[in-house]
Amino acid sequence: MDFIAILSIFVLACFVGYFVVWAVTPALHTPLMAVTNAISSVIIVGALIAAAAAGIGAGSGVAKALGLVAVVLASVNIFGGFAVTARMLAMYKKKERPVAPASSK
Amino acid sequence: MHELTVSPWASLAYLVAGVCFILALRGLSSPASSQRGNRFGIIGMTIAVVTTLVTHVPVRMNGCPLGIGRCAILDRPVVDWLTVIEILAAIGLGAAIGLVTARRIAMTAMPQLVAAFHSLVGLAAVLVGVAAYLNPQAFGISDLVVPMIGQPFAVIHPVSRIELGLGVAIGAITFSGSVIAFLKLNGNMGGKPIMLPGRHVINLALLAGILGLIAYFVTEQAPWVFWTIAILSFVIGFLLIVPIGGADMPVVVSMLNSYSGWAAAAMGFTLHNSAMIITGALVGSSGAILSYIMCRAMNRSFISVIAGGFGAVADTSGGGTAIDRPWKRGSAEDAAFLMSQAEQVIIVPGYGMAVAQAQHVLREMGDKLKAEGVRVKYAIHPVAGRMPGHMNVLLAEANVPYDDVFELEDINSEFAQTDVAFVIGANDVTNPAAKTDKTSPIYGMPVLDVEKAKTVLFIKRSMGGVGYAGVDNDLFYRDNTMMLLADAKKMVEDIVKALD
Repeated sequence: MDFIAILSIFVLACFVGYFVVWAVTPALHTPLMAVTNAISSVIIVGALIAAAAAGIGAGSGVAKALGLVAVVLASVNIFGGFAVTARMLAMYKKKERPVAPASSK
Repeated sequence: MHELTVSPWASLAYLVAGVCFILALRGLSSPASSQRGNRFGIIGMTIAVVTTLVTHVPVRMNGCPLGIGRCAILDRPVVDWLTVIEILAAIGLGAAIGLVTARRIAMTAMPQLVAAFHSLVGLAAVLVGVAAYLNPQAFGISDLVVPMIGQPFAVIHPVSRIELGLGVAIGAITFSGSVIAFLKLNGNMGGKPIMLPGRHVINLALLAGILGLIAYFVTEQAPWVFWTIAILSFVIGFLLIVPIGGADMPVVVSMLNSYSGWAAAAMGFTLHNSAMIITGALVGSSGAILSYIMCRAMNRSFISVIAGGFGAVADTSGGGTAIDRPWKRGSAEDAAFLMSQAEQVIIVPGYGMAVAQAQHVLREMGDKLKAEGVRVKYAIHPVAGRMPGHMNVLLAEANVPYDDVFELEDINSEFAQTDVAFVIGANDVTNPAAKTDKTSPIYGMPVLDVEKAKTVLFIKRSMGGVGYAGVDNDLFYRDNTMMLLADAKKMVEDIVKALD
């Protein structure tokens, strides 16, 4: 892909993001941050490439090690981010009955 | 040209992953569809990771006595199983840490957790950038020059150098900024803004230096240029967040969220990867929009928040003159009686509720009132708490149904027909001075019209302190206000007892 093609994807995605995010209900802004956090860890793609690369030159061994560390960091974020989002979203409930039983836990 | 050949199937798979991420955010438009949205996110991530693993199977060369790239027959690639195991172990380790953290974290600690996660994205971006710089051939961003004498070396494409420089710079700012935000939110570092003399000049000089070095990096692929960009970016991230006070944290957390997206996008440009570019653009605009919403809710410009120092006056002025006006004090029994007689009660939670962990007992109080036939609603100001939507999550955790919870603009007109407004842990967002007093630092900020309710019950620890903006709240001294001076949780527990 040439630079202009990539730039086109980027600019269009910014507009998609603009409209999609304005549609998010304010009550879900915290889950929104958690889930955007998780998906921005797609940077793991770069980390995997670095970790898998057999390279040339003195730097490639270091590059591989850094890639592996980045894989760990991004995985923490991916698994943690999606799990904590799921945990939060599971708590949002509709009104069940008009009067909830007044039992305390 | 030594361009990395990407199979069209892989490109297609990354595109599908990107679309899944769009659907993930789309799902958040209502709580009912949100869980499906999260699953789309997981699917998209799985596609992206699996595609990368399949298309970048680690290989090692069988070895060529003449040096790499010089003999085609002996130098055959074979799958490097050791590296495969290392990668899977790295994913497993990260997954274990992430899942345990996600399960154990208290909902009140969510702002810290998000800040910590942002720092990980930033650091990962920096590491990937450094790896790409050290081994550009693996990323397909360089031409291999094989000289007659000496080792072959890689020359990174000029455009890739800009992308790499920007990616590392944004990643480093995200990392150090998020670490400071985490320390402030977690209480390891005071929430008060720390002011350095001449910080605006220092920051602008650093920013100019970073941009200048990135431009220079295009002409000169020297290690010192690359490393100086990284180091200066770490420093500026630190300096940017240190002077910002606790009450401005919702803006900071959103802003760092945005940065983490731009860092991913910059890396996506480097790797020509559509999944990363789409995600980066989504996350970047998401964080930017949230920052904008938070700024608007405080009637402050983004620049003034970034410039920092808001709330610094809280300790020097305001507090002294506060107490010499008459005010009424109520007891838990008074509050319980007033609310049980009411037709409608609106509860206004703020950061103080999160600190006191009062959300569960608050819901219990709400249930008791509902059992007596009182309509109970919750009113949430956009900047209540330490991150966007903070109060909504805590109320959801306490099993408050989300259709009882209302945003500022949806409920503000109802206060005039409400018997009791119950303010718990909020302060500045209820201050009527924001509407009337042009000299007030919070003038113009949209506030909840709690003073229009017949009675205002205001829970506060003591009469001495003021809100984060450092202004006295006129509400305390109104005829229809009753102050409930106690720890928020203790007071609500006492009210629940009195309601029995």
